[in-house]
Amino acid sequence: MESSLKNMVLTLLTITLVTSAVVGLVYQVTEEPIAEAKMAQVTGAIAQVLPAFDNNPADLKQTQMVEGKEVIIYPALNGTDTVGYAIETFSNNGFGGMIKLMVGFLPDGTIYKVETLSHSETPGLGDKMERKKSNFSVQFEGKNPASFKLSVKKDGGDVDAITASTISSRAFTDAVDRAYKVFQSLNQKGGESHE
Amino acid sequence: MEYFIIIIGSIFVNNIVLAQFLGICPFLGVSTKVSTSAGMGAAVTFVMAIASIAAYLIQYFVLVPLHIEYMQTITFILVIAALVQMVEIILKKVSPALYQALGIFLPLITTNCAVLGVAILLVQKEYNLAESVVYAVSTAIGFTLALVLFAGLRERLELENLPKAMKGIPIALITAGILAMAFMGFSGLVRM
Amino acid sequence: MSKLQLLTKGLIKENPTFVLLLGMCPTLGTTTSAINGLGMGVATLFVLTLSNMAISLIKNVVPGKVRIPAFIVVIASFVTVVQLLMEAYLPDLYATLGVFIPLIVVNCIILGRAEAFASKNNVIDSALDGLGIGLGFTMSLTILGAVREMLGSGSIFGLKFVTGDAMLVFVLAPGAFIALGYLLVIFNKLTAKLR
Repeated sequence: MESSLKNMVLTLLTITLVTSAVVGLVYQVTEEPIAEAKMAQVTGAIAQVLPAFDNNPADLKQTQMVEGKEVIIYPALNGTDTVGYAIETFSNNGFGGMIKLMVGFLPDGTIYKVETLSHSETPGLGDKMERKKSNFSVQFEGKNPASFKLSVKKDGGDVDAITASTISSRAFTDAVDRAYKVFQSLNQKGGESHE
Repeated sequence: MEYFIIIIGSIFVNNIVLAQFLGICPFLGVSTKVSTSAGMGAAVTFVMAIASIAAYLIQYFVLVPLHIEYMQTITFILVIAALVQMVEIILKKVSPALYQALGIFLPLITTNCAVLGVAILLVQKEYNLAESVVYAVSTAIGFTLALVLFAGLRERLELENLPKAMKGIPIALITAGILAMAFMGFSGLVRM
Repeated sequence: MSKLQLLTKGLIKENPTFVLLLGMCPTLGTTTSAINGLGMGVATLFVLTLSNMAISLIKNVVPGKVRIPAFIVVIASFVTVVQLLMEAYLPDLYATLGVFIPLIVVNCIILGRAEAFASKNNVIDSALDGLGIGLGFTMSLTILGAVREMLGSGSIFGLKFVTGDAMLVFVLAPGAFIALGYLLVIFNKLTAKLR
């Protein structure tokens, strides 16, 4: 077809309209499954980081703004007893940017388990923060930050850093520490509201 | 300190070519001479810096307010393509000398996945505008560094007597592997 | 060229990875395991086939001068569709492949086939061409992924056959280049004999 200004503009306009309509349609269809998939990841992580519970912690979720970003608290109950709190926390200081973790706290503040939600750390080095890749995150289990200093040994804390990945380790620890601070603020405000 | 991490991280440790595998096509295609590699690097740096600003503005002032973040891929690639065209036209008018030097590389940049990659990654990493620009420029410097170093190695490889099956791209890839290994040594650099 | 030839040429004769050396970024970036290579290959195959068909359909109404932008819009839309579908139904694979999914847009194979084949041939042939080249790409990525997984993690499709660590370097960046380099050498040797 000949390339006059009118038909060039017209074809491009038609193509963009049609394709955006198609993409918009697919978006409408996938919006719910995507939200469900994300939710499933979150609920899966909550179940990972806390002992058995029988409520849906997402129903009781609270959010706190820390440094302009959301930290989400998921209280887990067994009947009426508080099993613990799963806290979705973050650190912006990772080597590859944002790191998101789910940290499970027992009611007394002891860390039960930590699960990595997302990160973009170097494969083979910083990504050892993932539970399936190394034992780095296991060292937090059963520790109470009241007595276990949440910073890497190089900074005078109690955390063994991943070899050659001090920045990733520091960011991970920073995220856990942020979760602990949120957990503490929860107790001060009288977080026993579930009793 | 944070800027420092971004700069060192994107030039050396997470080098866009040797660690993140973006921009491999020009890396293998253009890098046979040191001079052309440097030219390509300069053009990419220029485009990436502008593209990062454009990507940031589009993401946070158009896509997010309209809740159409899923249109990101389409808008970014179109904007980058248009941007490259525009840079080409402006450069031709304003600085013919620079156009002479960079001109032939510009059309190649549209399909350089490093540019689109950086635009998407700076959104994913949730950088602010200043961080985005620093990230884009240092990534482009890392790209140039990898390209120039690799071109230097390949200029020498040309003269080597190699088995027929290894000539050209295979040996280039293996050399790139060794170069990538050398770059891995940088991961211990940012300890502080 | 017969229909069967169209479908099989991508496997060896016009293999996009080993012969045409196109699409190197996803080839190296996503093949840390056989299943990741396969996933990336199938995603590309899907986009390639659909975009080839769409472009063949619109080839006569698009003015020559805006051909490339029109093709890019079409390709980008299919990529977004794949991206949304993967995020909804294969969230784990989506997370692993990460930025390489949107980057299918700039995979030279796709625009290359659009220009070289789909804009000159009918819909059925274009679909077969897309399928054929896509299959070849999937095959190469799976092979490269399998080799790297075997050497680097001591497993194949997630099944571990070596206890303990393997040569981790093959999962990391340098191993990608080296493994592909040697695969190319082997491929060149074999095809040289065939000729």
